[in-house]
Order: sequence, then C-alpha cells, then structure tokens
Amino acid sequence: MTLPTLDLVVLLPQLIVLTAALLVLVVDGLSGARSWLLAGISLVALLAAGAAAIWLSLQPGEPRRLQAMAVADGFALLFDVVIVVAAVLGVLLAYQSIPRISQQVGSYYALLLLAVVGMMTMGAALDLIVVFLALEILSLALYILAGFNRSEPRSAEASLKYFLLGAFASAFFLYGAALVYGATASLNLEAIAAALAGGSRSPAMLYLGIALLIVGFGFKVALVPFHMWTPDVYPGAPTPVTAFMSAATKAAAFAAFLRLFLTALPTAQPTWSWALAVLAAVTMTLGNVAALRQRELKRMLAYSSIAHAGYAAVGLVAGTAQGAGAVLFYLLAYAFMNVGAFGVVAALERAGEYDVARGRLAGLSERQPALAAAMAIFMFSLTGIPPFAGFFGKLYVFGAAVAAGWGWLVVIGVINSVISAYYYLQVTVEMYFAAPAAEAPAAAAAGKKGRAVAKAAAPSPAPEEGKAAPAPLSRATAAAVLAAALGTVLIGVLPALLTGWIAQAVQGIF
Amino acid sequence: MPSDYLPILILIVLATVFAIIAMALPAVLGPSRKTKAKLEPYESGMVPYTDARRRFPVQYYVIAVLFILFDIEVIFLYPWAVMLRQLRLFGLIEMAVFLGILLVGYVFVWKKGALEW
Amino acid sequence: MQLVLFFVLALLAVAGAVGVVLSKNAVYSALALLLNFAVLAVFYIMLNAQFLGVVQVIVYAGAIVVLFLFVIMLIGGQLAPDALTAGSRRPARVVALIAGLVALAGLAYGLVSGALAPQTGQVQGSGSVQAIGRVLFTDYLLPFELASVLLLVAMIGAVVLARKPTKS
Repeated sequence: MTLPTLDLVVLLPQLIVLTAALLVLVVDGLSGARSWLLAGISLVALLAAGAAAIWLSLQPGEPRRLQAMAVADGFALLFDVVIVVAAVLGVLLAYQSIPRISQQVGSYYALLLLAVVGMMTMGAALDLIVVFLALEILSLALYILAGFNRSEPRSAEASLKYFLLGAFASAFFLYGAALVYGATASLNLEAIAAALAGGSRSPAMLYLGIALLIVGFGFKVALVPFHMWTPDVYPGAPTPVTAFMSAATKAAAFAAFLRLFLTALPTAQPTWSWALAVLAAVTMTLGNVAALRQRELKRMLAYSSIAHAGYAAVGLVAGTAQGAGAVLFYLLAYAFMNVGAFGVVAALERAGEYDVARGRLAGLSERQPALAAAMAIFMFSLTGIPPFAGFFGKLYVFGAAVAAGWGWLVVIGVINSVISAYYYLQVTVEMYFAAPAAEAPAAAAAGKKGRAVAKAAAPSPAPEEGKAAPAPLSRATAAAVLAAALGTVLIGVLPALLTGWIAQAVQGIF
Repeated sequence: MPSDYLPILILIVLATVFAIIAMALPAVLGPSRKTKAKLEPYESGMVPYTDARRRFPVQYYVIAVLFILFDIEVIFLYPWAVMLRQLRLFGLIEMAVFLGILLVGYVFVWKKGALEW
Repeated sequence: MQLVLFFVLALLAVAGAVGVVLSKNAVYSALALLLNFAVLAVFYIMLNAQFLGVVQVIVYAGAIVVLFLFVIMLIGGQLAPDALTAGSRRPARVVALIAGLVALAGLAYGLVSGALAPQTGQVQGSGSVQAIGRVLFTDYLLPFELASVLLLVAMIGAVVLARKPTKS
C-alpha cells in the first residue's frame, strides 16, 4: 500500500500554537504556575504563528495542501492573522485578571491556545470532518473557559448554557454534514461542488442538510434566532475570555462558513443566500434594538456583537469574492475594536463583579483620560464613523451587497447603524459629559486619580477594603487596549494596505 | 457476514441460559425465609446506615471522564494495530504523535493531583 | 432470515428506546438505553460495518452507559416525580409528539418517494477494521490527530471543572 506524503508546512501556524500549548501544560504541570512564563510562551507562540501565516501567504505559486484535508491559501492564512490578533489581546487582558479568579493559570493559557488551534484549522479545512473536529476543539475549550471563574455562579451558568446549546448546535451541524454527504457522496468541499455541478439527484436531502448547516454555523456566530446563549454567556464568562471569544470564534466560524458555502455549495446559492439574507436582517435589527435597552456594558456589547454578526453575514449573502473579502476585512477590524472595548471593560471591572454598570463610565475622561479616549475610539469604530476601521468594514460589506443586488438588505443595515449610534455614542457622552455618580469618587481615589494609563503601576496587592475598588490598570491590560486602539485607527486610516492583499487572498475559495 | 457471528450468538444464548438456570435453581431448591436482616443490601457484613444514592465527591466524576477519554483512545489503537504492518514506520510515528499529545495531558492531569483523593 | 432477524431486533431496539423515555427510575432508563445500544451494534454488524459495531459496544454500551449510571448515582437516583408528571409538561409532550410524528411522516415519504434517496458513491472498502484503518491512517490522518487534540482539551477541562474553587 502506498503511504501518503505530508506537507506539514500547510499547518505550520497550528503546529506552532499546538506545541506551545503542550509546552505550557508541561511547564505548568512540572514546575507549578509561573504566570509570566506561561503568558510569555503563549504570546511568543501566537506572534510566531502570525508571522508564519504571513510568511506562508507571501509564498508564490499554488497554495500548498495537506492531502485533501487542509489548505494554506491566503484566505485561511489571513483568518489566522485575525485569530492571532484576538488571541494576543486576549492573553494580554488575561495576564492581570485570570490569576485573580483562578489558580489554574496554566490551564487557562493552554485552553486558549488549543482553542486557537481549532479556530485556525477551521479556516484551513477542506473536509467536513476536519471542520467538525476543529469546531468541537474550539467549542469545548470555550465552554470550559466560559466557566473559568469557579467562585462565581454566573460563570458556571454561562458555561453550562453555552455547553448545552452548543452541543445541540454541533449535533445540527453534524446532521447537516451527514445529509450533504448523503446527497453528494463526498465530504471534501471541492468534491461536493463537483458532485453538485450537474444538479443534485436528491435535492430534498441536500437542502435539508444545508439548512441544518446554517443552524450549526448560525449558533457559533450568534445569528438570530440562534443567539439565545450570547446575552448570558458573554457577561457571565470572565471578561478576557469574552473579549477573545467574541472576535475569534466569529472569525473562525465565518471562515469555515464562507469556505463551505462558496466553495462547496455555489450551485445552491440562490436558495441559501435568501435564507441568510432574512437571518442577517433579523439579526442586525434584533441585536441593535436589544442593545439599546441595556444598562450594563458587557451585556450591551453582547447584543452589539449579535448585530455585528448580522453585518458580517451580509457579506456572505452577497456570495461574491468582493463579499468574502469584505467579511474578512470586517472581522479583522472587529477583532481590534471589539476586543479593545472589552479590554476597557476589563480595566474598569472590580474583583468579584458580574458586569460593569454603564454609570461607572461617568467622568471617566477626567479620571483616566487615555482609557476614555481609547473607549471613544472603539465606540466610534463600532458605530462605523469614518476615520476608524469599523467604517471601512461596513463600507466594504454593504458595497459588496449592493454590487450583488441586495439593496434592501443594505438599507436595513444602514438603518441599523443609525440605531446603534445611539447606544455607542451614549457611552462616549457618559464618559466625557456626565457628572460622576455618587460611587465614583471612592473609585477614583483608589484608581490613583490623574495617572496616565500607560504608566500605571503593575498589579499590586489589593487594598484592605479593596473589594469595591478596581485594581490599578496593569501594564498588560494597558498594552492590550493601546494595541487595539492603534490597530483600529491604523486600519481606518490606511485601509488600502489590506484591501489589495485580501482581494487576492479570497480568490482561492472560488 | 452475519452468519460469521453464529458462534457469538451461540455464546450469548449459552450465557443467558446459564444465568437463568443459576437463578432458577436456588429459587426452586432452596427454602425461602425472608427476615429483615436478609432483605438488607449486602455491604460486606457492615450495617448500612444511609441510602447509597447520595452526592459523591466530584473526584468520581473526573475518574469517569478520564476513563471515557482513554477508552476512546484505545478504540483508535485497534484498527491501527491491525494495519501496522502495512503502515510501517509511518504508522508508528503517527500513533506516537497521537499518544504523545495525550501523554502530555496525562502528565498534566497527574501532576495537578486530579487522580488523588 | 436477515429480514426476520432485523424485525425481531428492531422491535427490541424500539422497546429499549421506549423504555428509556417511559421508566420512572433513571437507572432503568439507563439500562433500557443499554439494550438499545446493544441492538444497534448488531445492526451495524448486519450492515457490514463491523468496526462500528465493536465501537458501539465498547464506547456506547460500555463507557457511555457506565458514565450515565455514574452521573445518576452522583446526583441521586430518584428523579423528582412531580417534575415528570406535572400538568405543565403536558402541552410540551403534545407538541413533541406532533413534531415527532411529522418528522416520521416526512422521513417515510422521503424514503418511499425517493426524494431522500442517498447518492450511492464509491465507498472505500467496507466497514471492516482493515478498511477503516487503511483510510483513517492515510487519507484521514489529520482528523485522526485532531481527535487527540480534542481529547486533550476534554482532559484539561475535566481537571479545571473538578478542582475546588479557590477562596479569594
């Protein structure tokens, strides 16, 4: 029998991160938790994986493949970069807050890195079995990360809810994959497309399978009506976890979503694009309207992330290379601005707190001007106001949809952007113009009034009465927020740096 | 082919018949005197003082989950062992990677004291 | 012969499945599930998927049912009886029954009319252990290795969730 030849370079980013995860486990297991060492290994590995992805994407010639299972094309590699951005920021945010809630720091970094392995593999997968396994790896890791705060019942609730609904969604996905296999006799995406090229012989089975696949993916990216878990899981999970999963899970799930539907199922596009258009319209509207009423920041951002899943889905509805590139751009911008916004929330959070009330923002511009400025940038960008990344994300997504003839959907999207401006800008108004609430002075005193963000002290032992006071901003958190703000501004000022690259990269999935 | 499984069917039938005989014979031959002590659950001679169905320490759960995981791992070893001659060194490396990843997990579980009481 | 065997076994499988739902005691439910799993294993063997049959016995009938019994013991064997028979559950039961019957009718129609007929493709080998091993360790090598990563994640998760929360 002939043994296969393996081009393992295809999975170079994944292998780097996997090795680092194993290293973290061994170091943590053998020598006990040394927080800085474990975080350092994770950071170096993630940055190396990002560099490897960029290096691979610059290689000339045909994309390299690992048998018929995975491919290292520009599409997969750029999604790797998006995931690395979210993961690096997630590690930085975790550095201060995770040791406060758990002693199992090593498990945290290992699970985060393993989730990254699953996410990267989802984008590269050419086979439904690989997609499913990667989906399970990232899901399982995130279920546990969501419940990482063992002394907080809401964290356990988030974990359990996410797990139960996620297991349902995985079953839907698996059933859908099985039906598509039944209709096409193949699990390979390109072979499925080839089998469907001459029309399907069992359309009922095929369309049932596609519908179930949409349910499975819809759950992972939180499309309405499969979003029910989000408003409970996002606030319940520890904030660094929420920050990481909100951006990275969406990126990974959309990567597989795009590749599966555009590579394997283009012949069924007239059907699924309508279904997805309806879902996208409902998702944008419900997410934004629900976010209007929230008084807590994490829950507000949870609903806003549902709305953003809707915006990104608009690019998938377009179904063109332009649309796929726009989704990729959107998710990169989203990784910076949304993780950044959660980073600011993490900086404001107090020990043992479930969610941050919006009132806490009042007068933030005086207490921590740099933090307030960063939050303002993220809010402007999430709204889609011009010089920031979010504006170009929305511009490209809506542009692609118009070009593909989905004008009505874009109208709904634009109306929704206006609705979203209300609650995003209100956050800014509260920070800059509202008088501090009664509880603020105490917090301001503990937060060392007037101190510049970047120079704030590294974590010091909490003061005696410190249960109510936010810990002083750590260097790692400040670095994460700063990096996210820089990324948001840079992409917004120079979007042309990326668009050409992206346009070339997405050609591979058609 | 199903006919190949005839020996297994015979075995199942024999096992069932044996169990029935083993249970029926004492019932027919032995005297049945039900006293309170005889109806108690058998606890190695100790007198049971609570219901056995109560909350157990969570360590039982860890052991159970680890059992499932390694059970699934063994499933993969089975076809691998059948095919090892054809797969040669390639198969050996493959399985070494597979087991190596799980070995790291095992070391981690062990060192974290999850197997201790 | 095959057909007779199938119907006898199918009856057993359905009896097991019904037993899972109907028995008031969770332990009996688990044992009925064991019957169902065991019969399914025989079905796999009849369909020439011997490996799947063995996996069904070792993993499902063995490990999974043991885990179920384990959990039932952990949380206490008696299900709260009023939770199962309360009147508020009745509408849910009716809806579930109707949905199940519709799904069954749809499936039956699809199979009879041919709309759900599967493509008969070239299946690589049969379900024998050799055939599975050949495909799994050559073409499906990446999924095989990913499975170990998945098991690793589960292992870490068990440790994380089972340790006592730290008092801070």
